[in-house]
Amino acid sequence: MALPSDRSICPLRREEYILSPHFVSYSAFWVFALRRFATGRAKDSLLVSELSSRCPPPSLTVADSAAMEPAARVVTVESINPKVLQCEYAVRGEIVIHAQILYCNIGNPQSLGQHPITFFREVLALCDHPSLLDKTGIHALFSADAIARAQQILDVIPGKATGAYSHSQGIKGLRDAIAAGISYRDGFPANPDDIFLTDGASPAVHMMMQLLIRSEKDGILCPIPQYPLYSASIALHGGSLVPYYLDESTGWGLEIAELKKQLDVARSKGVTVRALVVINPGNPTGQVLAEENQKQIVDFCKNEGLVLLADEVYQENIYVDDKKFNSFKKIARSMGYGDEDLPLVSFQSVSKGYYGECGKRGGYMEVTGFSAEVREQIYKLASVNLCSNISGQILASLVMNPPKIGDESYESFNVEKQGILSSLARRAKALQDAFNSLEGVTCNKTEGAMYLFPRLHLPNKAIQAAKAVNAAPDAFYARRLLDATGIVVVPGSGFGQAS
Amino acid sequence: MSPKPLDYESLNENVKKVAYAVRGELYLRASELQKEGKKIIFTNVGNPHALGQKPLTFPRQVVALCQAPFLLDDPNVGLLFPADVIARAKHYLSLTSGGLGAYSDSRGLPGIRKEIAEFIERRDGYPSDPELIYLTDGASKGVMQILNTIIRNEKDGILVPVPQYPLYSAAISLYGGSLVPYYLDEEANWGLDINHTRQSVAEARLKGITVRAMVIINPGNPTGQCLSEANLREVLKFCYQENLVLLADEVYQQNIYQDERPFISARKILADIGLPISKEVQLVSFHTVSKGYWGECGQRGGYFEMTNLPAKSVDEIYKVASVSLSPNVPGQIFLGLMVNPPKPGDISYLKFVAESKAILESLRKRAHIMTDGFNSCRNVVCNFTEGAMYSFPQIRLPPKAIETAQRAGKAPDVFYCLKLLEATGISTVPGSGFGQKEGVFHLRTTILPSEEDMPSIMSSFKKFNDEFMEQYEDYRGYSRM
Repeated sequence: MALPSDRSICPLRREEYILSPHFVSYSAFWVFALRRFATGRAKDSLLVSELSSRCPPPSLTVADSAAMEPAARVVTVESINPKVLQCEYAVRGEIVIHAQILYCNIGNPQSLGQHPITFFREVLALCDHPSLLDKTGIHALFSADAIARAQQILDVIPGKATGAYSHSQGIKGLRDAIAAGISYRDGFPANPDDIFLTDGASPAVHMMMQLLIRSEKDGILCPIPQYPLYSASIALHGGSLVPYYLDESTGWGLEIAELKKQLDVARSKGVTVRALVVINPGNPTGQVLAEENQKQIVDFCKNEGLVLLADEVYQENIYVDDKKFNSFKKIARSMGYGDEDLPLVSFQSVSKGYYGECGKRGGYMEVTGFSAEVREQIYKLASVNLCSNISGQILASLVMNPPKIGDESYESFNVEKQGILSSLARRAKALQDAFNSLEGVTCNKTEGAMYLFPRLHLPNKAIQAAKAVNAAPDAFYARRLLDATGIVVVPGSGFGQAS
Repeated sequence: MSPKPLDYESLNENVKKVAYAVRGELYLRASELQKEGKKIIFTNVGNPHALGQKPLTFPRQVVALCQAPFLLDDPNVGLLFPADVIARAKHYLSLTSGGLGAYSDSRGLPGIRKEIAEFIERRDGYPSDPELIYLTDGASKGVMQILNTIIRNEKDGILVPVPQYPLYSAAISLYGGSLVPYYLDEEANWGLDINHTRQSVAEARLKGITVRAMVIINPGNPTGQCLSEANLREVLKFCYQENLVLLADEVYQQNIYQDERPFISARKILADIGLPISKEVQLVSFHTVSKGYWGECGQRGGYFEMTNLPAKSVDEIYKVASVSLSPNVPGQIFLGLMVNPPKPGDISYLKFVAESKAILESLRKRAHIMTDGFNSCRNVVCNFTEGAMYSFPQIRLPPKAIETAQRAGKAPDVFYCLKLLEATGISTVPGSGFGQKEGVFHLRTTILPSEEDMPSIMSSFKKFNDEFMEQYEDYRGYSRM
């Protein structure tokens, strides 16, 4: 019986998939991450010997066994979609697998003791089990306005059936509420038909990448450092990440000159740049863009023919008084740009803010400036998955329409909300100061989001020691930190950084 | 002026190739008519709660309590929730790492995956490893993830039954692979003939396609047939011989309406076959809370179980799962409850069993009512719905109807279904959305409308159909419609 021929075990080592041009700066980290990513079971080293020892089962004929060559199995790492291999997501990568301790690697507030907003949970519980609404004694356990809101929500759900697939863009009545919330926030109208409710903001990002990326010649401009969903999604969809560097020395500022420079470099390499990703407030950097900066970005996209992908999931996490959140839609409209002038996709989520409902997978994208034909395609993509989870949809409508002054729950709601936000602001300042007081560490001010991204000025010896074990220097440091203190962080190379 | 990135012409071609008829032309037309005030009966998608099926009480109570854990501290909670519900809510909350609002492990909460593994072991009699069970926001996401892992380029083919649930064709288009059809045999009750499958593979290979996977949907969608043990054995051996990974869509495993062929999982048969096949054939099995007697479509709860995949491949699949962070936690709890329902002696047991039985018995009845109803119509032949949630009658369209359809620029079954919709408000999915043999037409409807509504729906259908057939069979008249 023949051993598996060489065709069945791909001759390329995994590193060769990874060291493609757009990963050049981070190659050390990726190689390191990949080698260590696998868990201890290492069955592949046995693959050859298992196959060579296979013998034909007695129940089959000689003809059958001749036909049954021990060809390599289909789903081996050598024979799966190479784009899957290229995709990396450091937030839950190598460091995380080995750690069991203090998870500071991910924006997951409720896993670290943050409480959910009571009003939201009351409404969700009532929507999950609407028969509660018919019971006497309900008023002892639920606030009157939560009951009223639940009833209002159930009234816009056909048949009050929260277990039914909804419209593929999400329940119409909830989209109406979200559009109203957006209008209230921005002072410019929003159309419920522009809204696509998704299982968290991430699937919406994937959908746009799917739509925009035709081949590796299609590039997406992404901030460096960036939240690695973008690099992962671009890799998964076979496109090219075109980096633009935020300036650490100016509080992670976004310079238009830098955008233009990177755009031109990409184009000179034959890359068709399709979109610009802006994360505002930034992740991992936390900076909140100034209005003037946002206007420049809008003009840049308009002039260069780029889709603006505005990741605004941290819109309610701002910790400084001198900055405020302005949605890109608001900025564009205030500049006089109408719907047809600028293709713009805004992403929002229930996972962040003061609500921190990560596990619910609620979010949406608001899609403006596209033709009807394109919107049909977006709808079609959404319809293949039928719809996003209803509970998440309800939560998105609550987040965009929280209790207002005068509502019964407003006071207690506001206490909870302000408590969480002021605590986050205090912790941001405390950690920032603490990092800045450490030897060899500097840290920019965290204006928003949920992260600190301190800079490690690593001594040469440390860098050498890291190289000696084939580790990226920051991953080496993070690993030592973990081993010594149990604190889990994500090495900066996972987000990208200047070399 | 150069095209803008999101101009229709410059979209990803694969996206444009995707078709998903379940929410396609007929559904969109039905929605338009509904907006205009027409009463529509949506039978286009397996969405039980939308047609009046009530959610099971126990899971809703448990999840409501998990949503609002502060209720557990209230002395009055026992007045609204039975003790076993309270206990179960506490149990699931303890499995989370911070309640429903925290991202879980990207593969799903370990405690729930363990419950699923235990369920699989009870069901099949063979142990199951929770580490190889991944939870997803609905089974569809799992299917898409696995297909994306397998498909490298357009030369990679996936064997798909025809007719099939169009998630498969859509995903294959999206990921740039090739769909390799194998036809189910309508005359043999939609049976799977392995020789046809073998032939399909041979033909694909002649075209230079590397056939990588075989999809079986058991019970079938839209066809409803339940595979026999012999059939499953043939399929598994075939996958072994042809080096295919088997993708077993088993989401309708609770929906069985005949007693000759109960549900048997592909995994059980694989284990039964024994070595070496049982250790060689790669298998991914899918399940969900959307179907069965649960019908909790809106929760988006599903899982896939991997068998015989190498650790490195599992790691890659884990990696991609981690990019989405985690499946929604309430959906995960529904899965846990589904595989671990109330037991005899539990306070909620009797009510749970009564509700479940009522739903299943009613589905069985409706499967018969619909099949018989279709078979009583002129030029309509319908196989019995052995399982799942659909009826897939064959509509023998007269040549004149086919011509009229073609002149109107419509596929014949689309034409028929649109007329049916306009005349009766019944919104179905034309058979072309699922694939069918050339020149043979069907439509898919669900068996989900309530028992009370069934007789009027079937008589409404019969009236439309028989008139349609009369009109297009006699060679005199012009279309009145």
